[in-house]
Amino acid sequence: MNMMTKATMLLLVLGTAACTNPDRLGGAAGAGGAGAGAGVDGGLAGSASDPTSPAYFSQAIGDRVLFAVDTSTLTPEGQRILDGQVQWLLTNADYRAVVEGHADEQGTREYNLALGARRANAVREYLVSRGVPSSRLEVISYGKLRPIEVCSNEACYAKNRRAVTVLSFSAMTS
Amino acid sequence: MRIRVNLTMRNEAKMMKRLLTLLVALILAGPVAAQSGPLRLTITDGVIEPITFAVPTFQAENAEATQVANDLNRLVAQDLSGTGLFREIPANAFISQVSSFSQPVQFADWRAINAQALVIGAVAVNSGQLTVKFRLYDVFSGQELGGGLQFAGTTDGWRRMGHKVADAVYSRITGEGGYFDSRVVYVAESGPKDNRQMRLGIMDFDGANVQYLTDSSSIVLAPRFSPNGDRVLYTSYESGFPRINVLNVATVGRQQLQTAPGEMAFSPRFSRDGGSVIYSLSNGGNTDIFRSDLSSGQYIRLTSAPSIETAPSLSPDGSQIVFESDRSGTQQLYIMSANGGEARRISFGEGRYGTPVWSPRGDLVAFTKQNAGRFHIGVMRTDGSEERLLTASFLDEGPTWSPNGRVIMFSRETQGESGTTSLYSVDISGRNLKAVPVQGGASDPSWGPLQP
Repeated sequence: MNMMTKATMLLLVLGTAACTNPDRLGGAAGAGGAGAGAGVDGGLAGSASDPTSPAYFSQAIGDRVLFAVDTSTLTPEGQRILDGQVQWLLTNADYRAVVEGHADEQGTREYNLALGARRANAVREYLVSRGVPSSRLEVISYGKLRPIEVCSNEACYAKNRRAVTVLSFSAMTS
Repeated sequence: MRIRVNLTMRNEAKMMKRLLTLLVALILAGPVAAQSGPLRLTITDGVIEPITFAVPTFQAENAEATQVANDLNRLVAQDLSGTGLFREIPANAFISQVSSFSQPVQFADWRAINAQALVIGAVAVNSGQLTVKFRLYDVFSGQELGGGLQFAGTTDGWRRMGHKVADAVYSRITGEGGYFDSRVVYVAESGPKDNRQMRLGIMDFDGANVQYLTDSSSIVLAPRFSPNGDRVLYTSYESGFPRINVLNVATVGRQQLQTAPGEMAFSPRFSRDGGSVIYSLSNGGNTDIFRSDLSSGQYIRLTSAPSIETAPSLSPDGSQIVFESDRSGTQQLYIMSANGGEARRISFGEGRYGTPVWSPRGDLVAFTKQNAGRFHIGVMRTDGSEERLLTASFLDEGPTWSPNGRVIMFSRETQGESGTTSLYSVDISGRNLKAVPVQGGASDPSWGPLQP
């Protein structure tokens, strides 16, 4: 199981736990989920069809943006995904996020760490420019150390050159 | 003359310190001008005909010493042959047998089989204490090269004594320092490419005596030895974010380096006096080079540019820093004063240059080069001239110098989903490329100093 899967599972658990706490989310989570429920899960709180869930964030909105080789410039597609992230983060103010910057394996470890930091910051700056409080965002770079695809050609490299917005529930982390 | 050296070594499992005492003594006053002997190999960039040597099995002076005498004999031969500068004459070609350490050498018998150098040794073991003595002869002139030397320590430390014998032989014949009695700290890797487990390992230069300095619960990167080998700097994700740790090799105690404020700190190296650390710090997506004093925590900024500045390495005299920067649009190598300021670019060839490391002699910079989809380890003079690529593969990176500046160790990663990393070494002439035999994946080597 790779780290992303683990992180997603953890968030699913957190999301579900959050929805069982009426004081924190005012019971709105379940209702909102039902309204958007088109998937197999039929709007189950915390599932990908619940718009307040981290699963919805990562699957329906998209938790990651991709980059061209050796760049940290956001693409129009990346900006569209980040606009969705902004809306979600502004709606779900109890969540914080760590933006993880990654690189493909073409490059030295040290340079790729710095390149990943550039990518993570490009995302953070965009989110902040659209109104997400910077206090809710942190950045980290893994360089080329945590690929999600393991082949050594562009098909995999393209998916590894990414910045991933990983949510955490602020009550759990602060 | 007697020199007593105390060394601490760490037992991985029990974290037990044991004391290895090496006693080094000149057993007979040999010729004082050892370095002026006629048998001399000058290491140059040209083609070198290896010096032939014979190492008859070391004399076991008592029954307990038989096994270790054999082991030491093989280790000394392996160290010397492994350089590519020496070639062993196999024992089955010997005409003479050596039955006593003190008997006169029959030089004609060794000349007849074309052995240029002859190493004879004797070993004794007394209740866990090992004594090794050896002599080196120039066969063709019939002279001893240097005086006899004796090392004493515990039997557990036998490999170190073998390396010391080989270092002395190497040094007397080449006139340069050796590198066999040295250690390498590195990142030990295991697991699949998308879930790599990484921990710090330390080993002898030849891959023996591996011990682990951290567990693999968090990512560790780029360990760097202090100048005298007592401490290791490395980047750790232990706190959740990349920070620099300082680890004491003997006690394995570690603490986080107090850096300038920033989101990520990485790519550290000790100053030449071991008292401060130069490193990269990332803030707001921009990476620059800083220096922090280890005791006071005071820091200064050495670069200030919107580009990526990383991988700093100091010149041997501590006055200059070579580093990489993409200020020109691609990664290139630059040199600036150790206090920062104006930098001059030294790399101008095709492709991208990174991870520069200043040689211990001060004359060369080793680097990683990417060009046309291939990676190379190379060296250039500090003014950028005489660039020489030593290797080529899918992915070579992270060079580190042997203590005598003759050999470079680096990591090589193989292609594809089953790709793994391993350590290789190569002479700065480009000859003698070979894998360092380490169990499991290994990367980011840092070659420490010759041990005292």
